[in-house]
Amino acid sequence: MKKLLARTSASLVALAAASAFSAPPKEAVTDGVVKIGVLTDMSGVYSALGGKGTQVAVEMAIKDFGGSVLGKPIQVVGADHQNKADIASAKAREWFDTEKVDMITGLLNTGCALAVQKLGGDKKRVVMVTGAASTDLTNSACTPYSVHYVYDTYALGKVTGQAVVQGGGKNWFFITADYAFGQSLEANTTKFVVKGGGKAVGSVRHPLSTADFSSYLLQAQNSGAQIIGLANAGADTINAIKQAREFGIGQKGQKLVGLLIFDTDIKALGLNVAQGMQFTSGFYWDRDNGTREFSKRFFAIHKAMPTMDQAGAYSATMNYLKAIKAAGTDDPDAVMAKLKSMNIADFFAVNGKIRADGRMVHDMYLMEVKKPAESKGEWDLLKIVKTVPGDEAYQPLSESTCPLVKK
Amino acid sequence: MSFQAVMSQVMLGLNNGVFYAMLSLGLAVIFGLLNIVNFVHGALYMLGAYVALLGFTRLGPLVGLPDYQMNFWVALVAAPLVVGALGMAIERTMLRRIRKFDHLYGLLLTFGLALILQGVFTNYFNVSGDPYEGKPEIFNGAVNLGFMFFPKYRIFAILASLAVCFATWFVIERTKLGSYLRAGTENPELVKAFGVNVPLMITLTYGFGVGLAALAGVLAAPIYSVSPVMGSEMIITVFAVVVIGGMGSIMGSIVTGLLLGMVEGFTKVVYAPASSTVIFLIMVIVLLVKPAGLFGKEA
Repeated sequence: MKKLLARTSASLVALAAASAFSAPPKEAVTDGVVKIGVLTDMSGVYSALGGKGTQVAVEMAIKDFGGSVLGKPIQVVGADHQNKADIASAKAREWFDTEKVDMITGLLNTGCALAVQKLGGDKKRVVMVTGAASTDLTNSACTPYSVHYVYDTYALGKVTGQAVVQGGGKNWFFITADYAFGQSLEANTTKFVVKGGGKAVGSVRHPLSTADFSSYLLQAQNSGAQIIGLANAGADTINAIKQAREFGIGQKGQKLVGLLIFDTDIKALGLNVAQGMQFTSGFYWDRDNGTREFSKRFFAIHKAMPTMDQAGAYSATMNYLKAIKAAGTDDPDAVMAKLKSMNIADFFAVNGKIRADGRMVHDMYLMEVKKPAESKGEWDLLKIVKTVPGDEAYQPLSESTCPLVKK
Repeated sequence: MSFQAVMSQVMLGLNNGVFYAMLSLGLAVIFGLLNIVNFVHGALYMLGAYVALLGFTRLGPLVGLPDYQMNFWVALVAAPLVVGALGMAIERTMLRRIRKFDHLYGLLLTFGLALILQGVFTNYFNVSGDPYEGKPEIFNGAVNLGFMFFPKYRIFAILASLAVCFATWFVIERTKLGSYLRAGTENPELVKAFGVNVPLMITLTYGFGVGLAALAGVLAAPIYSVSPVMGSEMIITVFAVVVIGGMGSIMGSIVTGLLLGMVEGFTKVVYAPASSTVIFLIMVIVLLVKPAGLFGKEA
């Protein structure tokens, strides 16, 4: 025993001496595993457009990548952030501190995303937001380890806002989800409506997850605005559009415009109700052969076509793993450097590039919901009206307030 | 402020008002006849809505009939019965034991029960709520009221609630059965001497009161989404209605519920952000001017 102790202490001293002169040999993959955490809305208003499907997409990416990177296994864990920032950050802290999670993706709610992204910045862990939309994530709240992958309120507001104003919809009234996301979407859209010569005549805010929109809709109707802009998402948008129909709103001269719509929302509303609506998206499953190939495989598992959040989570995971392989380590600084220097090009992202502020800039699409007669299948819901190049759709780097952007 | 804007918001306010009325009516019956401040009322309203929701979505597979979905009309009868039975069990096993103590004990007991029920449902169901899809097809579509389109189902909910409210008022204030109930609370010993089973009568009354809450829950399910917190959101407003109407006054709670719903709607036209507080403002004023409530008798 004494011998063992002596030998151990001797080798410890030797080790300490060695490390004093040279940098310690780094493990290529810390903890011997690359673990990806899918933290998203698994049960609430946004669960249909993200939820379990996002985890399915991440699992597909890991499988397609081969299940291991640099000889170490890749694992996935999932959890429900319940759209509450405190729950999201507690879970993320647990994952980072005790469960060896290297990267968190998903995050379907701006409040949750802001909290987890900040934590990732403090703890030097990569956070790739696919769900949340607010531009705060790549402005004042940006960190060296955060990527905002799929879309944001700037691109949504700009592409949709401009298209509607050009079509003659000058006076807007907003029905806005009362938290960071809704406010950001309303503000960004208003900016482009005003730029295009239109104006916002009023707005009303509703709590996240509202069942009864009738009184908000009537306020919008009585405002006399031509356009009722819905600055909300998921089940809130579905409820608002359904109830607008029940109350005969959006028929006589007034028009409803959903500022953030997912394929799953259109599916829930039905083409009869949704036909003709225009909105902005970062992905559509039926765009080309690449998107169709992925989406059909996804459908076979999840029984629904992927939304932009879900397809984006696949692409984000895949590119994260590619970056680890290229960097030869899972060290967050090295991986982020690789991510920001490589081209992001796959079925999801066309002309993709991750900027200094963490924004993944890629082509965006102005979509239109098909008429029932035009649809040839259960998921044949949309057509692409216009492709908007990423640099046009997203906030220019010169306007970013992210401290990482050198000006 | 156009006529159309005012009328349409007031109409929606009436829609909310009938739910206030139905819930505060149950509270008034229970307080007036049993002297219990029934804080579990909101949770039982939530439970009623869940009976309809789960009956529609989960009951069939659970009993081996995967295609069975509990019809809305069946739920309208089943929910009050299920919740009423639960209420009677609560009365028998718990509330009865604390009858001789101060009101405060009943309030604390029922408040605790409400928290337990809500906690259990929050654990198993989605806090943001699930939509109830079992609305009968005859209620699809809307009626043009001239100043607005009003969904048929909401009209049905208003009429059905009003009918139940006034039937309850009639039974308690105008029938022999009602007079037994009222006498039983005034002087239980004397009524017992006439051969009336007063404890049973009290249990049934409590069951009826909470059954009303469950019925309101079913009627509300197709309009609002069904969530574990739907009751706690409602109960505070409903208690304000009861206080404004006068604790224990049957007619008071019905009329106040309807009026306050409409006041809330009207406020949305004038200054929308105030609509969630206007009821409490009225409550403060009423308490200062007429502490027993608008329809209450001064003690």
